[in-house]
Amino acid sequence: MIETAGRTAGAVVPAIEVAHVSHAFGARKALDDVSLSVPQGAFVALLGLNGAGKTTLFSLLTRLYDNVTGRIAIMGSDLRRRPTEALGRLGVVFQARTLDPDLTVLQNFTYHASLHGLSRAEGRHRAERLLARFSLADRLNDKVRSLSGGQARRVEIARSLLHDPRVVILDEPTVGLDIAARQDIVSLVRRLVDEDGLSVLWATHLFDEVRPADPIVLLHKGRVLARGTTPDLCAQAGEPSLAGAFRKITGTPTEEAA
Amino acid sequence: MHGTIPPAAAEAPFRLPRFGYLHCFWGIQKREILRFLLQRGRFLSTLVRPLVWLFIFAAGFRSVLGVSIIPPYETYVLYEVYVTPGLCAMILLFAGMQSSLSMVYDREVGSMRILLTSPYPRWYLLASKLVAGTTIAVVQVYAYLAIAYWWEVEPPPIGYLVALPAVFLSGLMLGSIGLFVSSLIKQLENFASVMNFIIFPMFFTSSALYPLWRVKESSLLLYYICTLNPFTYTVELIRFGLHAKIDAPQSWADFVAMFTAMGKANALDPFAGDHPAFIALLVVVTTTALFMGLAILAYDPSRGLIGRRGGPEGAAS
Repeated sequence: MIETAGRTAGAVVPAIEVAHVSHAFGARKALDDVSLSVPQGAFVALLGLNGAGKTTLFSLLTRLYDNVTGRIAIMGSDLRRRPTEALGRLGVVFQARTLDPDLTVLQNFTYHASLHGLSRAEGRHRAERLLARFSLADRLNDKVRSLSGGQARRVEIARSLLHDPRVVILDEPTVGLDIAARQDIVSLVRRLVDEDGLSVLWATHLFDEVRPADPIVLLHKGRVLARGTTPDLCAQAGEPSLAGAFRKITGTPTEEAA
Repeated sequence: MHGTIPPAAAEAPFRLPRFGYLHCFWGIQKREILRFLLQRGRFLSTLVRPLVWLFIFAAGFRSVLGVSIIPPYETYVLYEVYVTPGLCAMILLFAGMQSSLSMVYDREVGSMRILLTSPYPRWYLLASKLVAGTTIAVVQVYAYLAIAYWWEVEPPPIGYLVALPAVFLSGLMLGSIGLFVSSLIKQLENFASVMNFIIFPMFFTSSALYPLWRVKESSLLLYYICTLNPFTYTVELIRFGLHAKIDAPQSWADFVAMFTAMGKANALDPFAGDHPAFIALLVVVTTTALFMGLAILAYDPSRGLIGRRGGPEGAAS
């Protein structure tokens, strides 16, 4: 779907570039001078507890809110100045379900395809191809309401790829799923990164979804407190595990950091 | 790690698909139609409401309230005939507010986010949504007119055709007001106040139920409120449309005379000139443009209220 040749450009243009972004709701500061970068073809984990500012950051990345301070670029296109180019290359899986439960899987897909300017026939063709890959080909004409939580999530991820984005951002995609469905989703997305060279920003508060070599951005109370791989963070905190390092860096009690 | 961003090297420039704007527009229409077909109860309730008014309210009032010969009518008309354009506008008003409600619902369930992450300009997405909602409302109006026909509401056949753009424009106006209102409402529960503060005052302070000259006789203040209410102009536009009496001024002098005539009556009367339907059309088009502009501003991420205020529930976590 996405040629791996795109990786050669990774050294030049990051898939996502967030530079010095702050955002406030009235007097409450949700993000404070946040900077992060997702290289092309990388799986970057945005690690943070509930209330860390992950969803606000996603709202800014998808231009639901405007980034007034700092700068956000998707595949080199500035989100404010060239929103069409930026959003056209971005796939999104929000934390809240965004499928229309009363419509069929196919109807949801063709609607999404049309929002990206694709014809119904093209949308259907791509939907069939993606769902076959996601082992959901037989659910094409089923109402979304009839899907299990894990299936609905897989459908949402498949839908986010419908317009062939180069970057996909996922906001806590495994929340509310059982362990088998969670592993299923994580390995699915990792396969997209490994096989297709897709760039992924994966927001989570679950440490077991992060592999040692994954670049991590640790977000806490609206600020980036640390960056690096699991060994980097462990070394920085002087702790043997990522969970321990997280607790030490953020200063959160044991029970809060799951 | 995060210095200045170099231009996208080795990356083909991004192009939106050919005919993409059309596909996007049609996709939004189709989703609204699908949702509407799924909610047959909504169709029935929007139809039942004006029919109850026609069958019960109008039947009771026809003996109490005489309607003299006023344009566009050339003879005395039954009260049912008089009240029908108002009830058509009522369907559009409810539909407009209903689409406003569905925008708030979409924001809460998240499908609004999917809409707004489309690479197409936000004004285009909102306008497409407005047209989709209006088209459905127009179908409802004609379903009502078909039933009213068997209740002695028989406008000339050509009137059904002339009224179509009038009904559609009125629907756009009320839909754009709804769209703007939806940007102000934070939660679904607030819809009850929309009913109380928008729908009922708009409907009752208009020419929907009583002709303006009657309102003027009983209260000059109420009359002025009616003339300031854009809903009055949708009612009159549909009324003149249904009787195929929409004509534009033929010359500049004619155009100016339309406005000077307003002040010549004993109280300011916007419909005093020779082209009352044209005045109604002007007001409806202007109001649509105004509220559409406001809605686009409200939904614009860089100027809008949504980002500043916190947006949908839970989005700020």
